[in-house]
Amino acid sequence: MTDLVPPAEPTAPTESPVAQPEIVTEATAGRPRRPMGPLFITGAVLVGVVMAAALISFVWTPYNPIKVDAAARLQSPNAEHWLGTDKFGRDIFSQILVGARTTLYVGVIAVGLASIIGTPLGIFAGMSNRGWLTELVMRANDLLLAFPALLLAIMFGAVFGASTLTAMIAIGIATIPSFARLARSGTLQVMSTEYVLAARIAGRKPIAIAWRHVLPNVFGLLIVQGSVSFAIAVLAEAALSYLGFGTAPPTPSWGRMLQEAQEQIFTLPIILLWPALAIAVAVLGFNLLGDGLRDRFDPRLEDRR
Amino acid sequence: MDMLKYVGTRFVIFVVSIFVASVVVFGFMAVLPGDPAVVALGVNASPDAVAALRAEFGTDRPLAVQYLDWVGGLLTGDFGTSYVTRNPIGPIISDRLAVTSWLVLCAMAVALVTALPLGTLSALRHRKASGLAISFGSQIGIAIPAFVMGIALVYVFAVWLRVLPSGGWVVPIQDPGGFIQHLVLPVLSLGLVQGAILTRYVRSATLDVMREDYIRTARSKGLSGLPIVTRHILRNSSIPVVTVLGLQLTTLLIGAVVIERVFVVPGLGSLLLDSVANRDLLTVQGVVMVLVLAALIINFVVDILYTVLDPRLRSS
Repeated sequence: MTDLVPPAEPTAPTESPVAQPEIVTEATAGRPRRPMGPLFITGAVLVGVVMAAALISFVWTPYNPIKVDAAARLQSPNAEHWLGTDKFGRDIFSQILVGARTTLYVGVIAVGLASIIGTPLGIFAGMSNRGWLTELVMRANDLLLAFPALLLAIMFGAVFGASTLTAMIAIGIATIPSFARLARSGTLQVMSTEYVLAARIAGRKPIAIAWRHVLPNVFGLLIVQGSVSFAIAVLAEAALSYLGFGTAPPTPSWGRMLQEAQEQIFTLPIILLWPALAIAVAVLGFNLLGDGLRDRFDPRLEDRR
Repeated sequence: MDMLKYVGTRFVIFVVSIFVASVVVFGFMAVLPGDPAVVALGVNASPDAVAALRAEFGTDRPLAVQYLDWVGGLLTGDFGTSYVTRNPIGPIISDRLAVTSWLVLCAMAVALVTALPLGTLSALRHRKASGLAISFGSQIGIAIPAFVMGIALVYVFAVWLRVLPSGGWVVPIQDPGGFIQHLVLPVLSLGLVQGAILTRYVRSATLDVMREDYIRTARSKGLSGLPIVTRHILRNSSIPVVTVLGLQLTTLLIGAVVIERVFVVPGLGSLLLDSVANRDLLTVQGVVMVLVLAALIINFVVDILYTVLDPRLRSS
């Protein structure tokens, strides 16, 4: 994702030119960005917590998260095992930390795949002047909507055997349409602006227009979509590993932790709480981050709130 | 006339999509390594027995013939005979579909009943504490996956209060009371989460409409309160909401796959997961096709409804 970040161009605020290209003058271009809203900050903090957990798990976990310890089975939270242990005596806190890694890994690859395929397709469909080609891309897109991530992942799992890879690819493919649609609608707006007309008259090639004018202008919207899609990917990954179609054991994943702990709902319900909470924090974080970013990037929302 | 042309075009696209989807689903399962006859008989079976079973399954024919046979069967509701259980697949799918339909339709009702009033209210009071509280609550609701909600509800109502069963299913005509008891928790888990998502769409659609000139006109005419909400705001905000509803029906159908696992409900989702586990691929293929077909039908209906609801789109 990061390699798509446009070069530092302080005069190209993505928040305004799409809808109101005339206000990007020298006077307004240099104005400070809107302050970060509470949504953005809360989202960033929650996402930061998940990322920190994932990073910490690379260098330190209190216990080996996959080490079975029969003597320490099913403990409530205590001084040694902060969040308790599961039915195999594995430390839940350690598993939550490593689970964050699994979640982010799946999310990054899935959303990365979807944006790398969906964005060029959408820009192409928006710029192409051959109607049938656009129609074909968009119809294929609509068809893909009938294959949601979970269904694709179960199909992949049935054919290739379930793994982290099949889950990531399935979630990624199912996410392509949202990027393609957004990129296309953004592109259509940019293509109707005068600076694109000027560039075309000056004889710039379509690919150059796409790279210099379209991509930087739809980039903000794509970032917002990326954050929202990430939340959806986290949900999908959790559901898939709950069903046994995600990351294979013993690698910890939050969804499978829930599935394994469900047997203990009558005896030790507290150990169900931690993975549930972890999933909710991650999804809430990326959703809020997306909302906060939308407030900054989407010019139509200026008068909101 | 334009309207008819539009519906006609959509219908053609709809039919072509079904065709392409069936090729994708069939093709996907066809790339699977391993011969169903060998899988059924085991690796030590004699070549003659395998060949005989292959002829019985019809898997010795060219793929194109198998595809046409399968699709032709689908048109008459014949999904073929399972390679594993040797039972016809169609009747099982229709039984399971009935169960899943109960879940999905009741959940949709729950979502609508919570989201329409809450979403409208939070938009009307978007600067007041009550509106913000609803917004906040819906944001939390979205972050909770339906299956986590399901587990939480099991804990509260089955483990703690002991008033509802933690899972299972009862056929409605056998025991209507038991049926409703078993329906409540799975429906709430699916419906409340979708309700939270829908609340946000209703809120933002209502906010959009509230800024329109015709609302100002209505207010300046002296209309206030309820008439504005029912006659102007709801009618206009329903247009974007209908699109979301369609998408949500698809989401619910897939969400039911997970919820059926949580509550051990014998629906289409359980059938799908069990068939995958049993390597019963013709059944997997059938269930996937039914789910995809449902999604395509929903999208088609939403497309048509969209133009019916919004007269502005008819002429353009």
